[in-house]
Amino acid sequence: MEGAKTALYEKHIASGAKMAPFAGYIMPIQYHSINAEHLRVRESAGIFDVSHMGEFMVSGEGALDFINKMTVNNTKKLSIGQAQYSAMLNDNGGIIDDLLVYRFSDHFMIVANAANKAKDFTWLADHADSSIKLADESDNITLLAIQGRNAPAIVQDLTETNIDEIKYYWFAEGEVAGSPSIISRTGYTGEDGVELYFDNKYAENIWDAVLEAGKKYNIEPIGLGARDTLRLEMKFALYGNDIDDTTNTIEAGLGWITKSAKGPFTGREQVLKIKEQGITRKLIGFEIEGKAIPRRGYKCIQGNEKIGDVTSGCWSPSLNKGIGMAYLEKEFTPVGTRFEIEIRNKHIPAVVADTPFYKRPY
Amino acid sequence: MSQIPKDCKYTEEHEWVKMEGDIATMGITDYAQGELGDVVFLELPEEGDILKLGEAFGSIEAVKTVADLYSPVSGEVVGVNSELEDTPENVNQDPFGEGWLIKIKISDSAELDGLMDASAYEQHIA
Repeated sequence: MEGAKTALYEKHIASGAKMAPFAGYIMPIQYHSINAEHLRVRESAGIFDVSHMGEFMVSGEGALDFINKMTVNNTKKLSIGQAQYSAMLNDNGGIIDDLLVYRFSDHFMIVANAANKAKDFTWLADHADSSIKLADESDNITLLAIQGRNAPAIVQDLTETNIDEIKYYWFAEGEVAGSPSIISRTGYTGEDGVELYFDNKYAENIWDAVLEAGKKYNIEPIGLGARDTLRLEMKFALYGNDIDDTTNTIEAGLGWITKSAKGPFTGREQVLKIKEQGITRKLIGFEIEGKAIPRRGYKCIQGNEKIGDVTSGCWSPSLNKGIGMAYLEKEFTPVGTRFEIEIRNKHIPAVVADTPFYKRPY
Repeated sequence: MSQIPKDCKYTEEHEWVKMEGDIATMGITDYAQGELGDVVFLELPEEGDILKLGEAFGSIEAVKTVADLYSPVSGEVVGVNSELEDTPENVNQDPFGEGWLIKIKISDSAELDGLMDASAYEQHIA
């Protein structure tokens, strides 16, 4: 199999993971069962190696203004120690990538999707003046996500940093299992949890320490398969599926991060135009009625007319039904609207759902 | 390593067939269930349906993907594993036993010669 390996590759192989190419990496898709791994995160805790993600460090006098100009969210609202969900647009208002922006005392860290690392970095470098220092640290940093209601307690066992004092979308710099790490209260599962960023050389040690500390909570390693079904139950967009260079943040339901009043940023004129003209389609969540699984690329229809396309779909392990996301023509997007999905030559009833599909019970 | 029982015949589509008299019991192989991942549900034919060799007669929906099922032989469906409606995981956990799919009363035993034996199938998935 061709592809880059994370620092934990040998650990995944030793755990019997099914490995598959993903965004240029050989990543664990599942360890034994997507369903069981999904439910373990929902019920207790799981650990994910997501080191394929990119980390760019941005520093220099103009770093704050630069990131504010390059991204849609208001970087100036970000305090030191805080993280922000944001996105970078092209000149047509299309989404180059969705990102996390972390503000440190003397620099920023941008976390990018694995498949977009090179594209993002080039775009940033092309727009940076000489006062900006950009460094791609992706190959040096391991990123672990520990997710689930018991995840904070597990990480707390390994650090002096008070996890309870780190609020949602804030972070601290501390030590985990004796090694320096960024401890971030973030995640992509809809559960409480922590993400750890640290140097590759600590990867095996911290991985083992988390699994050991989590034993009493039956923690287990979770593959990218369950990561996908977990995020889908939250209607979190996945770049390449639900958003891409041709979709805009307004139709994707990311208007809440698109701060067009903050001042100039790349793509802003297009955002304003879209807002003025109104969107023609919108990304919605839907549920299937009956036993069927929607998948990316399936057609959405009403009567005999095509009204949209499925961008993501799966069997929801928490809800025990088929769920998905689709861009539908705007008139069909109110919650409760019924339509059909063409699944293998059959028309299967579906309904626009209130999202997230899953709401955590604690 | 995948299980490949010696007393079964195999298709290129990763199905197994086991003969008892003129009744062929069929399912998907251990290798196939491993590639598919967690099976969520199956669409199977009904008893009395007539299947032709190589015809798509149903499907297996797994969490990540869907796969067509192809008839390994021609004949009449004389049994359907209805327990899979409640326990589709049997296909993952016991693909050659509790995870069987359908029984076919074969109409042309010569078709069996076109199937692979265990060692040929082992080569096929190597």
